Amino acid sequence: MARHSPHKSKSSANIHLPRSLQVAYSLAVLVALAGLADATYLTVQSLTGETLVCGGSADCSKVLGSAYSHLGPIPLASVGALGYFAAFTFATFCAFGYRRLRIFLASTVWVMFAAAIGLLCVQAFILHAFCRYCLFSAATTFLLTGILVATTPNGARQT
Amino acid sequence: MKHLAPFLIVASVALLTIGGGVILYRAKRVSSVAASPDIATKESKQGDVHSRGPANAPVVLEEFGDFQCPPCGGLSGPLLTIEKDYATKLRVIFYNFPFAIHQHARAAAHAAEAAALQGHFWEMHDLLYREQAKWSAVPDVSQLFESYAEILKLDVPRFRKDVRSPQVEVRVVRDEQLGKSLGVQNTPTLILNHRPLPSSSLNSESIRKAIDEILATQPAR
Repeated sequence: MARHSPHKSKSSANIHLPRSLQVAYSLAVLVALAGLADATYLTVQSLTGETLVCGGSADCSKVLGSAYSHLGPIPLASVGALGYFAAFTFATFCAFGYRRLRIFLASTVWVMFAAAIGLLCVQAFILHAFCRYCLFSAATTFLLTGILVATTPNGARQT
Repeated sequence: MKHLAPFLIVASVALLTIGGGVILYRAKRVSSVAASPDIATKESKQGDVHSRGPANAPVVLEEFGDFQCPPCGGLSGPLLTIEKDYATKLRVIFYNFPFAIHQHARAAAHAAEAAALQGHFWEMHDLLYREQAKWSAVPDVSQLFESYAEILKLDVPRFRKDVRSPQVEVRVVRDEQLGKSLGVQNTPTLILNHRPLPSSSLNSESIRKAIDEILATQPAR
């Protein structure tokens, strides 16, 4: 998972990425993929108007059909999909030794973490309903945050 | 070659996501109501349906609805305005499709059918949708529905008896079975002259546009 070009290794890639970091970033890639699939499904639901009808879970209808599920005309799920795709991209490059991209991965994940907390509060205190797809998305974001924190360079681990 | 791997992985996932999204979008649009609406038309021709508007209207709008479904309630007002605006050209037919996830949806369907036995289905239909937020939040709706029957000047003791009658239950089940046979999965499901409207068109503007398109193809009377 490391690059061999000596010239490139001076710029962004690192050929000595520890095995534990490789595993952690690979795990982040998989988690981000799961979040991407969930957010893509919710985006499609919103675009087909499925969130404007009853039929599935009553709580999901309430959450996904609410005013909080859109940013103007844009489904919030599509913004989430972009966030997960960005996290996936940065995690993939980090796993291949592009350590300088870690700052972008961290920025993306922390923004997503803040958004997940905010949306959980909206569900709990305003809508009084929880949608399982949104909970899954929050769980994947928390997992990504956990991986990020666990891989934070400090002391001897810092490179 | 190895340094290209992350680029290839990211590009592949991007393509897969977009492709998968498009396929899912198309599949969901088609499957919203997949079955032929001929069965519904056959039922409506038999006359044993709740309909409003002229029998020979050029446009027939069939709705599968759940009285406790918020989107159904939200659409009922605009539909009423559309009915008034297209008074001579539109016939509306309603079928019950109560979901178990809605605590009082079946009781509401029974109330509407009990009112129908006294010739006041549509009055109860409109009242139930209008007052949806109120009765949906009440633990026991039976007294509230009886008060609605009183407002509509129905014979309340008879209404109370009819609500629990097998006749009403059979009627609701028949509507549900019809919906299921047509592939109805959501409410509101609207069928306009044999053509199911996609969920994304469940708004006043899109419904009017669809009606106008049908009327434009009809020969002048």
